[in-house]
Amino acid sequence: MVVISDILVQGIQMLLVFLLAPLLTGFIRKVKARLMRRKGPSILQPYRDLLRLLRKEVVLADNASWLFRATPYLTFAAIWVAAALVPTFATGLLFNWTADLIVIVALLGTARFFLALAGMDVGTAFGGLGSSREVMIAALAEPAMLLIVFCVALVAGSTQLSTVANFIASSQVGLRVSLGMAMIALVIVALAENARIPVDNPSTHLELTMVHEAMILEYSGRHLALIEFGAFLKLLLYISLIACLFFPWEIAVFGAGPLSYVIGAAMYLLKVTIAGFLLAVFETATAKMRVFRVPQFLGAALMLGLLGTLLLFVSKSL
Amino acid sequence: MLTAVAAQLVCVAALLGIAVLAVALSRAKAATALVYGATLIVCALALIGALRALLAGTGADEIVLPIGLPWLGAHFRLDALAAFFLAVVNLGGAIASLYALGYGRHEHAPQRVLPFFPAFLAGMNLVVLADDAFSYLLCWEFMSLASWALVMTHHREPGNARAGYVYLLMASFGTLALLLAFGLLAGPAGDYGFAAIRAMPHAPGEATMVLILMLLGAGSKAGLVPLHVWLPLAHPAAPSHVSALMSGVMTKVAVYGFIRVVFDLLGPPNWTASVLVLSLGGVTAVMGILYALLEKDLKRLLAYSTIENIGIIFVCLGLALAFQANNQTLAASLALTAALFHVFNHSLFKSLLFFGAGAVLVSTGARDMDKLGGLIHRMPVTSVVFLIGCVAIAALPPFNGFVSEWLMFQAVLLSPSLPQWGLKIMVPAIGALLALAAALAAACFVKAYGVSFLSRPRSEAAANAQEVDHFSLAAMVILASLCLFAGIFPGLVIDALSPVTQQILDSRLGAQSHLPWLSIIPIAERRGSYNGLLVLVFIAISASLGYLAIRRFSSHAVRRGPAWGCGFSDAVPQAQYSPDSFAQPLRRVFGTLLFAAREHVEMPPPGSVKPARFSVEIHDLVWETLYGRIAGAVDTASKRLDRWQLLTIRGYLSLVFATLVTLLLVLAIWS
Repeated sequence: MVVISDILVQGIQMLLVFLLAPLLTGFIRKVKARLMRRKGPSILQPYRDLLRLLRKEVVLADNASWLFRATPYLTFAAIWVAAALVPTFATGLLFNWTADLIVIVALLGTARFFLALAGMDVGTAFGGLGSSREVMIAALAEPAMLLIVFCVALVAGSTQLSTVANFIASSQVGLRVSLGMAMIALVIVALAENARIPVDNPSTHLELTMVHEAMILEYSGRHLALIEFGAFLKLLLYISLIACLFFPWEIAVFGAGPLSYVIGAAMYLLKVTIAGFLLAVFETATAKMRVFRVPQFLGAALMLGLLGTLLLFVSKSL
Repeated sequence: MLTAVAAQLVCVAALLGIAVLAVALSRAKAATALVYGATLIVCALALIGALRALLAGTGADEIVLPIGLPWLGAHFRLDALAAFFLAVVNLGGAIASLYALGYGRHEHAPQRVLPFFPAFLAGMNLVVLADDAFSYLLCWEFMSLASWALVMTHHREPGNARAGYVYLLMASFGTLALLLAFGLLAGPAGDYGFAAIRAMPHAPGEATMVLILMLLGAGSKAGLVPLHVWLPLAHPAAPSHVSALMSGVMTKVAVYGFIRVVFDLLGPPNWTASVLVLSLGGVTAVMGILYALLEKDLKRLLAYSTIENIGIIFVCLGLALAFQANNQTLAASLALTAALFHVFNHSLFKSLLFFGAGAVLVSTGARDMDKLGGLIHRMPVTSVVFLIGCVAIAALPPFNGFVSEWLMFQAVLLSPSLPQWGLKIMVPAIGALLALAAALAAACFVKAYGVSFLSRPRSEAAANAQEVDHFSLAAMVILASLCLFAGIFPGLVIDALSPVTQQILDSRLGAQSHLPWLSIIPIAERRGSYNGLLVLVFIAISASLGYLAIRRFSSHAVRRGPAWGCGFSDAVPQAQYSPDSFAQPLRRVFGTLLFAAREHVEMPPPGSVKPARFSVEIHDLVWETLYGRIAGAVDTASKRLDRWQLLTIRGYLSLVFATLVTLLLVLAIWS
């Protein structure tokens, strides 16, 4: 019985992120449009886009290999697994112990590795450009991410997300400078990893500074749908991660009654909405930066992560 | 019945016998198959013996042979540490022999390889077995010389003679450092047996000197920056199966030497020693992978990436030293387990990647990635196993490279319990450096695979490449499966390593293989756990779910057409991203400072029809500042001394007279 309810909760979690991810992107686009005084497409437009892409035929380049065709499935699967392992509305899910925070970061790395390879597969200048810049951004974001993990793990004494969330939700933590720094760093990393403004622009296709979109330029039809879906999931994953690490309020503890699950889910939706709104406001208010300014931007995240970690060494209570 | 160590020595003798046989047979046609087949069998037997000794955990097993120094004899000993490294050596040796059964047929002058290959393996086995300083140094030199002969196989190719020369110089330097280290260890009594050295107490100053000398001696063989310069020259110059052994296995023998002396013989360490090892390891990891990223020769790229992995291993060893110095033995055994796990992993995937590079070399004749491309269509099996090697070395789950890095990060996260401030601040920074190295490794292998196996062929040879023979493929498939196996069942490997940590640190991680679902939990479940098997299963399930859903609900139509590229099609394959252009963003971020990289654009004046030119200037600052200056000083000194060489007979006579007078004067003043 316990096992069944465990599997149920884990299944709901997987389904929840699956269903919610396109909605979040639709919401962000809508808010951005409204902030620019446009009407904007419906909030459900991402679902329609995905369905439309699924119905279209795939146009493959003549020399595309099996890797090019397999990559959409692989990256989608890796991101989905990672997203399902980040606690959203409840901690202590059935398979939480499979992967800690380092593994989740590495799973996203696997997805990116294959996507960057696929960008090189057809042999166009755009694909190579996108791949080489993507790996540059990743190479800078990953150490910053790891320092954030250190910082959080030093506070909670664990890299296990459920344990961290439970620990930070408990009253013994309070307000800490180091966690604040780690949060700012994580937001910067999340912006870079999700190809958002100011690092990259998710809504351009023909701009020389584009990174992610250049890499997946050759994809079409159902392959493109999977990759887009993966990107939606990744955005939701990072927002869930920020919520779970720094704002785990009202997150349901494992084994609590159904009511606390409902409250947890409602709070989770609220947190995602707020985060989406803030992201839209931030993106409207900033301009995209030059590619070779990105290292400084991510360097700031690295320094914040390092400072946060060092502060914790100075005093456990900072 | 032979004892375990005697059985290993019999295998070594068999290898030496094969080497002698190879000299006799060298002109025969069947020699290649015979020698590699026999080596394969002997290495497989030695591997089984080593694994039995490791898993049985029966403790040390010694033997003294009446050869070597008359009052000392030659001591050999098989304990858990030696057994683990013997397993690594002989696994690498066996699979390299299997690969060479196919690859060796393409050798033009097999008599230049065949005798030295088994001799090289015998040398590595003996270094690991040796139990006194004299045999150790003798076997070390034997190993170096055998590998030098293999590096010089294709000595007429440009650059190889220089590679051999630099290797010989650095190997002599390394042995000199080892000689001094053992001289210090033996103390005034001059007892060269390891048992006596172990029993002796060592003064702190002396221990530090030995550590530094070991870093110079073993570090130069392993490729620690700045002693790495010979490695990217020598490893790629040898035939590919030997490159695999040198990079995948011989560097590990150097790591063995370091562990044996610093952890086993030297006694409890001082924490300052760990600072030195940690910082050298961190610098080595990042510099090694940056060099690799800028490289466009496939085999040299792999050699540079070996330097990175050696850096990772030394960081783990430094962590183990730091924890051991503070008597935190559980954390120390976690760090040491990470180091040994990475030793094992690197021997697997680096051999695999060198075999892949050898296969590419055989079928296209090219090592330069500027001449490769599109091999995924022409070499279906090689491209899959090479991809597995790339994913594994880039430390991505669910393969084995990730597990050892994960263990290392778990060890880094235990650093707050260290009492020293220097270490507290240093260890997280080193952790960030390693994360940087891991991310750069992913970038580097996206480049290696993307440029050589994906994209359009950049030369005629690449467009007409053929898949290689079945022996080579079998060797690569075995290694790729081992990479996956160690990635999804890491608990089994960790359990196999626990006798080693038990022997060295007197502490071991909890048994892993009986944990539910084959998870690994190094310290406590609260702190962190990982399950590679479930991660793989989840990915497989989600990917199949996605695939099934798409088959059910989506259009199946596929149309082939020319690449889209925003409507801007590149006419020639040379216009694709090349190794250099792929590295450009990272070169601009890191290279400007570390490699004094400059980009020059020559624009023709307006109205001219000459093409614009773009060139990149990169400096190897280690070579230019350190080695260039030393070489320059030696040159200048020898020019000065040259004048004394061509004197008249009167000049010589006066010189002899002056020397005699000076010596007599010295003697007079002395007494």
